[in-house]
Amino acid sequence: MCLAFPGRVLSIDGDFAKVDFGEGTAREGINVSLVEVKPGQYVLVHAGYAIQVMDEKEAQKTLSYWREILAYEQPSGPLGR
Amino acid sequence: MTVLSILDGYRDADLAKKLQSRINRLSEKIGRNILIMHVCGSHEWTITHHGVRSLLPENVEVRAGPGCPVCVTPTADIDAAVELALDGKTALTYGDMSRAKGSKQSLAEAKTLGGDVRVVYSVHDAVKIAKSRPEKEFVFFAVGFETTAPATAYEILQGPPSNLRFLTCYRYVPSAVEAVSRSPDLRVDAFINAGHASTITGMRAYKPCFDECHKPMVFSGFEPLDVLISVAMILRQICDNEPKMENEYTRSVTWDGNLKAQETMWKAFDLREGYWRGVATIPNSALDLKAEFSQLDAREHYGLAAEPASEGFVKNARCADVIVGKIDPPECPLYMKECTPASPLGPTMVSSEGTCKIWADHRIISTMRCRA
Repeated sequence: MCLAFPGRVLSIDGDFAKVDFGEGTAREGINVSLVEVKPGQYVLVHAGYAIQVMDEKEAQKTLSYWREILAYEQPSGPLGR
Repeated sequence: MTVLSILDGYRDADLAKKLQSRINRLSEKIGRNILIMHVCGSHEWTITHHGVRSLLPENVEVRAGPGCPVCVTPTADIDAAVELALDGKTALTYGDMSRAKGSKQSLAEAKTLGGDVRVVYSVHDAVKIAKSRPEKEFVFFAVGFETTAPATAYEILQGPPSNLRFLTCYRYVPSAVEAVSRSPDLRVDAFINAGHASTITGMRAYKPCFDECHKPMVFSGFEPLDVLISVAMILRQICDNEPKMENEYTRSVTWDGNLKAQETMWKAFDLREGYWRGVATIPNSALDLKAEFSQLDAREHYGLAAEPASEGFVKNARCADVIVGKIDPPECPLYMKECTPASPLGPTMVSSEGTCKIWADHRIISTMRCRA
């Protein structure tokens, strides 16, 4: 029920936007009235409504932070221990 | 690099293995059993689908708590929706909700008895359908958490058509986490909090609960590495004996949350006491329509009586224990015997966010886990 998908806002007309979800899927009529968003930004869309503008930099930061601190970690064997 | 390609990095197998090794080392250092509870059906899906549990050491368990809105929707409300559908009104609801049984039928079964029931993807669809048929009466059976409630609030504030009324059963997750953290018979060591519900409320909404229980709380995203990172964060906190509220899902969750969505939500709803099927009646856990919108309230308009809270599960079924997170699905005697996705006996086997349905879809028939 709380599934949400990220997509890029292509255009906005009033409360509604056209959003590109990648892999050739774009949808019109996504309600963007619950967020402050501009075309080109990424939103998380839940049941037809954008619930957040996604922070691209933060998405990068979390991964590179963990890549860095785990750089010298020896991976476990294939069976998990 | 686009957001979508960055997200691919959250499924990187090499990084997963390194995280696993870090998690193993932390868990050895801790040296006792750790029970981590998450409260979101989407987390349960990610964890099960990507086999996250198979990557965790024996003494670290991640278990599903009350995170499935359809599962906790009271029987009395399903019954009310069924009754309205059989009485000439058109019931509009989400697909999962239409299949959950009340004390007699589900909405889908009411449809086979001649009731008018239509499945919608969003509240906006409900508004559009009602506008297109002004001569008919429509009831939107509105279930979900605070992730979904702001959208309904938006439509309510816009002024929906007068032939559409709302049977709202919205529930507020922070109050449920508080109730679970106070439960005397569940020894939860830490929480993975729901990323999308918290996107709306912000971490701030959980501060009173954290101050009281002082257990690690990590706000997590929904990719497999998001969950592994969250487990590593929790174990590190336990190791350092420094419980905190920590944010793993920084690309969406903030301390304050989505203020615009909150403002919309609190204009339409008040927090009141609410019954969570299988769990308990929890203070400040139901998002009910404000009195000024009573003309849109299906309960008021159709004079639906407030029914006493009752679980209404079938005999011998352990739906309640699965919803609260006391047991895993295979511990229920009906799981994958009498109760299967093809003929579900309880809501946890109906909803795509129900733990039983998720486990059954992934062919998990038994668990060999020994509990301390």
